[in-house]
Amino acid sequence: MPLERTLRGVRLIGDRTLRIVERVGATVAFLGLILAQSGPSFRRFGLVIREIFYAGVQSLIIILVSGLFVGMVLGLQGHETLQNYGSEQSVGVLVALSLVRELGPVVSALLFASRAGSAITAEIGLMKATEQLSAMEMMAVSPIARVVAPRFWGGVFSMPLLAMLFSAMGIIGGFLVAVVIIGVDDGAFWSQMQAAVDFRHDIVNGIIKSVVFGVAVSAIATFEGYEAPPTAEGVSGATTRTVVSSSLAILALDLVMTAFMLKGWN
Amino acid sequence: MTNLVEISDLNFGYNDRLVLKGINLTVPKGSLVAIMGLSGCGKTTLLRLIGGQLRAREGSVEVAGYRLNHISQHDLYVLRRRLGMLFQFGALFTDLSVYDNVAFQMREHTDLPESLIRDLTLMKLNAVGLRGVHSLMPSELSGGMARRVALARATALDPELILYDEPFAGLDPISLGVIGQLIRRLNDALGATSVLVTHDVQESLKIVDYVYFVSEGVIVAQGTPDEIRASATPFVHQFVWGEVDGPLPFHYPAQAMQNDLGLRGG
Repeated sequence: MPLERTLRGVRLIGDRTLRIVERVGATVAFLGLILAQSGPSFRRFGLVIREIFYAGVQSLIIILVSGLFVGMVLGLQGHETLQNYGSEQSVGVLVALSLVRELGPVVSALLFASRAGSAITAEIGLMKATEQLSAMEMMAVSPIARVVAPRFWGGVFSMPLLAMLFSAMGIIGGFLVAVVIIGVDDGAFWSQMQAAVDFRHDIVNGIIKSVVFGVAVSAIATFEGYEAPPTAEGVSGATTRTVVSSSLAILALDLVMTAFMLKGWN
Repeated sequence: MTNLVEISDLNFGYNDRLVLKGINLTVPKGSLVAIMGLSGCGKTTLLRLIGGQLRAREGSVEVAGYRLNHISQHDLYVLRRRLGMLFQFGALFTDLSVYDNVAFQMREHTDLPESLIRDLTLMKLNAVGLRGVHSLMPSELSGGMARRVALARATALDPELILYDEPFAGLDPISLGVIGQLIRRLNDALGATSVLVTHDVQESLKIVDYVYFVSEGVIVAQGTPDEIRASATPFVHQFVWGEVDGPLPFHYPAQAMQNDLGLRGG
């Protein structure tokens, strides 16, 4: 009996793992389909601009406010820790490096997945449930090219811009707390930051991360919407899956990319 | 008169369940043909096979000279430019205005200047009596109006074959009459051929040229509206005259009542 239960457990884990691998494979295949049918998105770039507005511009408030708060907390925590070592003047370095290397790309991608990714999934899922995608197919217009690809590229272009704005707002938040409220020297805050932050290794690597997160979140969001069962329950399940899968993908990809970036990609 | 749609010895099913069995059906050019039957009898599946949304397992489906069983995606899209389809609840694109919905195919498939697209779109909307609502969004329309706009969209490129999926579902008597008359008028004015899937007997018998009755996946009767009205086939008689009991019993097959209620037989 215990052996049977153990075997059932192993079978269940194997089954789940296979399903996850299958899902990841299907998402990557879907990404290939999007890339193959992206021509019209670039020929009629207005379609992508429209999606940048919905996914990017409309996410600005949550990104900017969150960036400000994260930066403020970093300023407070950084100052508290650094003053034990008598180096509270370096709080600007800590805030800036934490933001441009990690928190900017990762937190803004998590927020983007919750705000814009879920909206993209719900919209495409609902279009499927109300036969709008079938109607498009019947008009000899590919829904992948006309509906999915512009939303995908809108997300990919928005993500690095949002991450940069998140980091910029975070640095302002750190400045407000450390310099304006606590009284760290203004000159030391900025000059140490300028000396320590490297454009290639910190800022460009941060941008690379956010582009990769943008591809992952947009591919997952559009795939889940397109594959959602055409029911209310199906669309709500797909929306949840987008947020969960995107969050896990962001954190896993961040680990891999950070490991490579610290090693210098060689 | 040549046939635009020819179906012969068609078998189709989902997984192991056979939905359509041995269907033979023709739709002559210029005619308006109805496929009638109860909900779940396979008539919408038949329409999807004609539109190329599903592929036949056995037998053949030919539309405008194209055999759809193994048609390539490219050829299917070429064929679909000659088709129009009205979905059950319109399937209007909810993010586009009424005007943009009707202009959608012209913008996607033609290089017409915007001024000409505007004139054609307003003429199409005028044909269904809704030129005055061109600036509204689909959410601002009643069910009947949405169906009429969808009809204008389906005929935007003057299709050779128009497919209607339950065009009368959920409409008030006035909208029902209007849609019925529009279907007949547009078919004749455009010189098109139409296939109408419906279970609304009285309205469709007023406008169609020929009727196929489907029950449990097979064609049980066919003929002109007058022949159908006079039919002595018990199922057709029950269906046309809306009788409660007949070959199709009021009670769905179930085990004995006393078993379900947990009563013991005396």
